[in-house]
Amino acid sequence: MATATLGPPRARRRLSRREDVLTGYAFVLPQLVGSLLFVIGPLVAVVWYSLHDWNVLANSFTYSGTDNYERLATDPGFHDAMRASGIFSAGLVLLNVGLALGLAVMLNQRLPGTATFRAFFFSPVVVSLVAWTIVWGFLLQADGGINGFLSQLGIDGPNWLREGPTAMLSVIVVQVFKNVGLNMVLFLAALQGVPKEVREAATMDGASAWRSFWSVTVPLISGTILLVSILTVVGSLQVFAQIAVLTQGGPGTSTTVIVYYLYQQAFQFQEFGYASAVSVVLFVIVAILTFVQWQTRRRWVFHEV
Amino acid sequence: MVAVFVLLCVLAVPFVFPTWWMVTASFKPMSEILRIPPTLWPSSPTAEAYGQVFDLQPFAQQYWNSMYIAALVTVGTIAVSSMAGYAFARIRFPGANLLFGVVLIGLLVPAEVTIVPLFRLVNWAGLIDTHWPLIVIPIVGAPSVLATFIMRQFFLTLPGELEEAARMDGLSRAGIFRRIAFPLARPAIAAVAIFTFLHSWNLFLEPLVFLSSRESFTLPLALTQYVDAYGGPMWNVQLAATTLTVLPVLAVFLLAQRQFVEGLANTGLKG
Repeated sequence: MATATLGPPRARRRLSRREDVLTGYAFVLPQLVGSLLFVIGPLVAVVWYSLHDWNVLANSFTYSGTDNYERLATDPGFHDAMRASGIFSAGLVLLNVGLALGLAVMLNQRLPGTATFRAFFFSPVVVSLVAWTIVWGFLLQADGGINGFLSQLGIDGPNWLREGPTAMLSVIVVQVFKNVGLNMVLFLAALQGVPKEVREAATMDGASAWRSFWSVTVPLISGTILLVSILTVVGSLQVFAQIAVLTQGGPGTSTTVIVYYLYQQAFQFQEFGYASAVSVVLFVIVAILTFVQWQTRRRWVFHEV
Repeated sequence: MVAVFVLLCVLAVPFVFPTWWMVTASFKPMSEILRIPPTLWPSSPTAEAYGQVFDLQPFAQQYWNSMYIAALVTVGTIAVSSMAGYAFARIRFPGANLLFGVVLIGLLVPAEVTIVPLFRLVNWAGLIDTHWPLIVIPIVGAPSVLATFIMRQFFLTLPGELEEAARMDGLSRAGIFRRIAFPLARPAIAAVAIFTFLHSWNLFLEPLVFLSSRESFTLPLALTQYVDAYGGPMWNVQLAATTLTVLPVLAVFLLAQRQFVEGLANTGLKG
């Protein structure tokens, strides 16, 4: 009996091992071909393009070494774009992570109506990005709803989207409200993993709620805070539609962030080679941040609750 | 306690008020829409703007474009990413780690970085102003890599005994995937479906670059086209079109908000 059952399975296992390997390749094939065709191929191409002087109108494509990168180093437009992206990302990550954490802490108190509030704060995440931006653009007009309400209070509101500092502020705030719900939910999940006893112990020892939040809760969820911050920065570097709809990069170049600058160079000025150099810079920044995220995720894995 | 509740109510205003303002303004005549003091409720409601939405652009066609593209991308991404995720998690084949590394590069490359070469590729293939690039590139390109990653993380947690038992019953590897693993992956599939649909539904840069005629436009692009002869926005028409775009998705969300929120929180990023 024992010998009879030992024979056939071994033969079958060998057969199915070959079948396994074939199935494995077949299953990953679409994703692999797609990656080569639409990710790695274009990535190599964009580096290649960035080393060329590409005149679309004259139909010329000549190797120019690092000329495009040298141009980047001295191009005030590119410097402005880097600065705008820096301001946008810094402002966004501070406001977004701060507000998300605050909302999560408040919702974690389990007050009545928590589920409704959570739905309210999360709802812009599912609203079409351009639709959300258009509505805010309408509210932020010089004669729009916000200034209308401000005038009721006797305040003469600025022309939000057309004046220097308020344009950038408006773009940041609109984006914060759009996506803060997602970060809030991630923090809420992390907070719910903090054992109640730990916080209670701190309170017993005489720590105020504020103190126990900063010295007990925050360190316990610091891994999540770091992850969420990096994800938010990476997302903020890709902002485009909001700028295109709200400010078109203005006033001046104050809200021309890096992707908007890239779009202008490529599709308005037909500077494909130069735009490719901008793309490579964007890629390097995002790749570094993503690497850091992977490393921290690995290091923090035991801290994550 | 009361203070927290009041604070939450105040903080909810910028999240809820824009939707209210959008819907009510879309029923206001042009003369009332920017009136000071603002009216919270249209004093003489009119649905005129809704007629113009369909007169000025093939809005129904554009709506359909967005819907069917997002639906195809969602179904396609689930198929591609669940198969790839399953293979990378459960099947041992030579080179698996290397191939997974190659695929993961997609997580490092934002779509904006490759838009120039992809435009050249689509142009070369003669597919400008068609929906092909908006369907095929997300399904197998960079956007589906995150989906594959999430599916792999899920399949890693499946108990091996299940597959062993199925194998004893004579199921092939493909059969195990189709009959056992895939049906069990419903939570991960739901999360992938939600964020894939929203990603496709929100796409702006790609349609802007790949599409050129109004008949082929998707909703985000169409919404920005309601402008008068001087390029100024026709607010009431734009807000009516925006309302028609937002409300169905918002309704689905409110009906299934638990699944949305928890699905995305648990599977979407923590993986």
